[in-house]
Parts: sequence; structure tokens; C-alpha cells
Amino acid sequence: MSDARPCTIVGDVSGLPESASGAKHLVWWGNIGFMAIEGTAFALAAGTYLYLMSQTHGWPPAGIRPPDLFWPAILTLGLLLSELPNLWVRRRAIAKDERGVRFGTLGMTIFGLVLLIPRALEFAHLNVHWTDNAYGSVLWMLIILHTSHLITDIGDTAVQAVWLFTHEVGDDQFADVEDNANYWTFVVLSWLPIGALIYLAPRLG
Amino acid sequence: MTAPLTPEQADRLAVSWRDAPGLWGFLTTVDHKRIAARYILTVVLLMFLAGMLALDMRLQLAWPDMGRMTPQLYNESFSLHGSTMLFLVSVPVMEAMAIWLVPLMLGQRALAFPRLAAFSYWLYLGGVLMLWVPHAVGITPDLGWFEYPPLSGPGYAPGHRADIWAQMITFTEVAALAASVNVVATVLKMRPPGMTLARIPVFVWSQAIAGLMTIFSLPAVMLVTSMLIADRLVSTQFFAPAAGGDPILFQHLFWWFGHPEVYIIFLPAAGFVSMIVETFSRRTLFGHVAVVLSMLGIAALAFGLWVHHMFAVGLPRLGNDFYTAASMAVALPAGLQIFCWIATLWSGRPRFDTPLLWVLGFIATFVIGGLSGVMAASAPLDQQITDTYFIVAHFHYVLIGGAILPLLGAFCYWYPKATGRLMSERLGKLAFWLIVGGFNLGFFPMHLLGLMGMPRRVYTYSEGMGWGPLNLVATLGSAIAVAGGLVFVANAWWSRRHGALAGPDPWGGSTLEWAVPSPPPQHNFDHLPVVDSLTPLWTQKEALQVMTGLAVERREVLVTSVIEATPEYRQKSPKPSIAPLFSALAVTILFIGSIFTPWALVWGAVPLAAALIAWFWPQRERATTGPLAVRR
Repeated sequence: MSDARPCTIVGDVSGLPESASGAKHLVWWGNIGFMAIEGTAFALAAGTYLYLMSQTHGWPPAGIRPPDLFWPAILTLGLLLSELPNLWVRRRAIAKDERGVRFGTLGMTIFGLVLLIPRALEFAHLNVHWTDNAYGSVLWMLIILHTSHLITDIGDTAVQAVWLFTHEVGDDQFADVEDNANYWTFVVLSWLPIGALIYLAPRLG
Repeated sequence: MTAPLTPEQADRLAVSWRDAPGLWGFLTTVDHKRIAARYILTVVLLMFLAGMLALDMRLQLAWPDMGRMTPQLYNESFSLHGSTMLFLVSVPVMEAMAIWLVPLMLGQRALAFPRLAAFSYWLYLGGVLMLWVPHAVGITPDLGWFEYPPLSGPGYAPGHRADIWAQMITFTEVAALAASVNVVATVLKMRPPGMTLARIPVFVWSQAIAGLMTIFSLPAVMLVTSMLIADRLVSTQFFAPAAGGDPILFQHLFWWFGHPEVYIIFLPAAGFVSMIVETFSRRTLFGHVAVVLSMLGIAALAFGLWVHHMFAVGLPRLGNDFYTAASMAVALPAGLQIFCWIATLWSGRPRFDTPLLWVLGFIATFVIGGLSGVMAASAPLDQQITDTYFIVAHFHYVLIGGAILPLLGAFCYWYPKATGRLMSERLGKLAFWLIVGGFNLGFFPMHLLGLMGMPRRVYTYSEGMGWGPLNLVATLGSAIAVAGGLVFVANAWWSRRHGALAGPDPWGGSTLEWAVPSPPPQHNFDHLPVVDSLTPLWTQKEALQVMTGLAVERREVLVTSVIEATPEYRQKSPKPSIAPLFSALAVTILFIGSIFTPWALVWGAVPLAAALIAWFWPQRERATTGPLAVRR
């Protein structure tokens, strides 16, 4: 016995479940914590963009065309459409559907990899280099920041898919799939203000 | 299971939570107490080194026209001293106290994410080595603790001194963010049954609030130091005015982090003070709700003050007025807390053992620092005293007075819990008088020196300035305080073997950590405590109410609801693992590589991904269904 005081038993938790889903799960809160950190970084990076914009005459600076719209439009549409299968995978995870999460994460991995094509082409159509001026630097920073999140989550989904196909899926792994789907939604939603800054601010400002 | 654990079950439980012996156990442990202890020992070593740097600088300034340090060595010394104390001592030591204490105060066996805590320490150690190993071979940052561009930019700071500083920050901030998410999740989801939000101990509140502040402030400094490295390495133009950049942007982002950081350090200290005042007044804390709301108020205001570090850069006057008002406003919640502590002491039956002495030293010193802060908050006055010794005096009164003195009190207070022995009261009182007396003798004259016009960061001054006598007094005081620090450490060292046996609850504390033996076993609690008040050990005098039912043959913790702490489910707690160390090593390779080439972010990601996959790969049976099922 290690407890240093006499004790009275007033309850028993052995009948409680061994896992949970959604906001009841501990890991859900860890995920929210990291989204808060990264969301703060996105917000501050966006603030940096607006600050530099406010300090500069002409945005983009004279002689630079705003970044082209075609590929980001494709990507944005793709990201929004990806929410359909993503939310479906999330529902399958909550329903503890083993087959659903296996094929769902595989599908999301493929979808994510396809989305990297328009993202890669975006880089070629930014019409400015990061060394040219502060406008170019901050534009590249925003897009690299978002791309790193995109790649990280696609990688995470791929690893998850491999694991799910090769192992018996338990309650904690269903919760992991749910968290990963939530994170994808975060990556999609964070693109909307960041993308708006990159592509619309130079046209409106 | 509704009976207490049998001795066999208790033994089985202890085995389930025990680390492997020897070096392997050392490298793989996820025990929050061991991780916190190594954080604290690292901090003690760094405080010694930073203290020696301070003493060296004080000797240089003791007399006019001294030539024992060159200007370059002096620049390196204050840069290393400030960077170490702010990034490697003050914030990490508060996190360490949270990592050690929060699970114990919550009646838990572990933190929410034990491996993340181990990862946090290894990364922190990476930050320590990032700064001090280059220093050992003669490459030391030399631009102060906040390294403003353009001085730190590619045009004025060749070599890698500035990069080392910037990347040291990335290490320590990732470590701090990992620790903060861990602590916040633990406080929200792993409280004992009955510990509603209204029954959370003030210290736990303080750490949760500081954790949230960390989450919303530290990304700023990581972002801005990454921008600085990018300007230096790949020729981005963030801070280059000729290309549309702005050096002031660096200051905005740095102080978005830098000012909340002061309160990230101070709030846990206020938590220590609240716990010590309660125990040594032998009554419940006066104004618990007011103290917690004050902490939340300080946290909110802390994000609206950063510009008061920038009054001298020429911002619009209306902005200065706003930040002056906000800076003065923070004195209100801080003052409210102090009144609550005084009221608790006044209406209690205070016992003046060393932990309480440190609190009294804190109140006196911190009030002086707070008042000089109200003075400096006034933009017109700040224009006169900024970058003088008045500011040096002010922030040392706030940081030493507001954080280090409560920390030393906390160290004395919880030392018997950690070691099983009490520290010597006689040596403790000697250390107290030497440190508090020496500190005030050393730093009070700096207010006057600042008003006389002595700028900070000068390596010497001429005799005709008339600053000699006060500088000599300041050096004497600092030397006395350093001697006190050595007595304090000697006391801790000596008492580990020779101190009086403490027993589980030497001070008559009110919170759950005092319900377990000293030192606590690796699993902390045999049973799950149930809380019925803010001071469970005072309201459950006869016997502690507990629940049973967690597994004894594997690591398991109880997860409860956020508001009411109602039991929700039993969560498996991870076993020891080498993966956090390997992941930290992979991050280290990536961070150090990215000082030299941006491609390190690409190839460095490969070992990092491998280490993280190994870390998070769930250990379960191979699939028996689906297309990749194992054939049996």
C-alpha cells in the first residue's frame, strides 16, 4: 500500500469503458491544443502579411503581377470537395466501422496526394520570388506554412491507412481516425483566409 | 472491485508503473517526476552558470574604467546571461514544476501525454546545448536577449552567432508548447472525481492559464526567429526596409510573445505563493475566486501590453496612450492578489518557516518592481528611462522578486515531498537573508543609476560620470546574493542525506500531493482520490475518500469531464519508450541543419517522420479481416 492516509471506498470505476470518442477522449484535447498553436501561427503570419501590406506603397509592389488564380481555384475547390469524403470517414470512425475507416483513409490519402498537384503548380504561378521584396517573402511564407500542414496531414493519413489495413482496429484507433479527420478540416478551413490573403489582397489592396 | 487493494495487488500496480533499471530506464522513462527532476537539475546548473556571468559583469562594472573585459566579451556575457535566464531557466523551470506537481495535485498517476513530456525535456536539453556548446568553442550570440534586426540581419551579423540564438529559441519553444498542451489537457480532462472547476487548487489554475498563454504567445517568437533565419539564410526581405521589409515588425512579433512571457513566468509563481500562504496561515485562501479571476485578468491584459516595450521606436501617440493605460491596468489584478494573500496571513495563524519567509520576501520585492513598472508604463517617462539601469532594476525586481523568490519558497515547500527529507531551517534562513538582502542591495541602487543616466549594456564608464560608488554597492550586493544562492544549493544537497525525515505531510498541507508518501512511488496513488472541497486533506481528516477499479496489471488512468470532473472512461497510459528521445534527436538534426541549408527541412524530415511513426505506431494484433489480413 502506498497511500499514506487511511481511506474510505466511495466508488468503483472498473465498469467504465476503456475508450471514448469526440470531446470525451483525451487525445481530442491534445489535437485541439496543437490546432490552437498552429492556428495562432497562421493568424500571426496573416497579421504579418497585413502589417507589411500597410507599410508598403502599392500591393503588390510596382512591376509585379498578382499571383495567377487558376491553380489555387482548382486547389480550393478540391479542398472543399475533400470535406465530403473526410466527413464521411469521420462518421465511419464514430460508428466504429472497420472497413469504412480502412478504405476511407486510403481514399483520403489518394485525394490528398492528387491535391498536391495543383498546389505544386501554384508555386510556379506566384509571379514573385521570395528574394524580390518583402511582399514576395511573406507570400511564400504563407504558402509554405500551409503546404507543410497539407503534407504533414497527408503523410499522417497515409501512415494511418497502412496501419489500419494491417492491424485489428480498436476503439482508440477509431478515435485517432476521427482526430485526423478533424485535423484535415482544420487544414482546409485555415486555407480559406490564407488563400484569400495571397490571392485577393493583391487585387483588392 | 470495491475493496482496497490487497498488498499483492499494490505490488503488482507498482511493478506496472516501474521504469526499467539503469541507463535504459533513464533514457526511456515517461515518469513525470523523473522528467521534472531532470528539468530542475538542468535549470539549477544553468542558474549557476548565468549567475557566474552576472557576477563577472558586476565585477567589470564595480569601478570606472575597468579593462578586465573587452566590449565583445561583455556583449557576449549579457547576451548569454539574458538568453539563458529567460529562455532556458525562467519558463522551463515553471513548466518543470507543473510537470512534477499537477498530476500529484490531481490525484493522478501520470500526465495526459507522458511521452510528450519526455520529448519536451529532450528538446529543451537540445536548446541548452545549442546555446552552450557553441559558447564553449567560442561562438556566442552577442546581440542581447532579443537580437533585433537590422543588427542581427545578414548585413550586420555575419557568421552563425545570431542563428544559434534564433534556433535555440525554436528548440525551447517547441519544448514549452509540448509541455503546455500536456498540462492544459491534464487539467481539463484528468481531474479527480469531485474536483469541479470551482475546486481546482490555485496552483493548478495558474499552470493551466500559463499553459494557455504559452499556446497563444510562443508561436510568435518561433515565427519571427524563423523569419530572421530566412532573411539570413535564403535572402528573404522581411526586415530589410530597402525591399519593403520593416525591422519594427520583428519587435511587434517578439513582444507579442515577450510580454505574455513575463506573466507565463509570474502566474505559476503566484500559484506557489497561494499554496504556501494557505498552508502556513493554516486557513483556506482568502478570496480564492478573486485570485483565480485576477489570474485570468492578467492573462487577458498580458496580450494587450506588448507595445510598452516599444515606446521609444516612434509609434503613433494614440497607440502609446492605449498601451500606457493597459500597462497600468495590470497593476489592479496583481494588487488584488497581493491583498488576498495579505488578508489570508492576517486572518490566519501564520507559521514563519522558510517557505513563508520567501513569500514575504516576494511580496516586498515584487511590490517595488510593480511600482517601478507603473512608472515605466508612462510613455513620456519611459522615453527618458528606457535602455537605462532603471529598466535593468525594474525587470530584475519583477523577475527575481516576482518569480525566483516564490520559486525558492516552492522548492523549500515541496522538497520534502520530492526527497522525503526536510531542508535545514537554519541554512534556509541564512540563504533567505543573503539572497533577499543581497538582491535589494545589489539592484536598488540601479534605479538611481538609471535616473542618473547610466545606460544598460555598457561595458564600462568613465570616473567623471559619478556612477562609481553606486556600482560598487551593486556589485557587493550581487556577490552577497550569489553567496546566498550557493548556501541554498548546499542546503538542498546536504539535506538530501542528512535532513530530518519528513513523512508524507510535514507542513499540514491541504492538497492531494500530501496524501502520498514522500517521495511518492512511481504510480503516485494506489487509489483514486475523490475531492469534496478546495482543501480535501483538511475536510477529509479521518479518512480520504477514494475510488477503486483502475487496472493494476497495466498502466491506466481515469479521464473525467471538463466542467464537473465526472468519471468518463479509463485510458491506457503509455509505457516507457525510446521514441521521444529519437524524435528529439531527429528534430535536433533538422534544426541544426537548417542553420546551414534550407534543404535540411526536406531531408531532415525523413528521420523525423520515421521516429514519429515509431512513437505513435499502436501495438495491437495483426488484422484478421480485410484485404491485408494475416493468413492463419
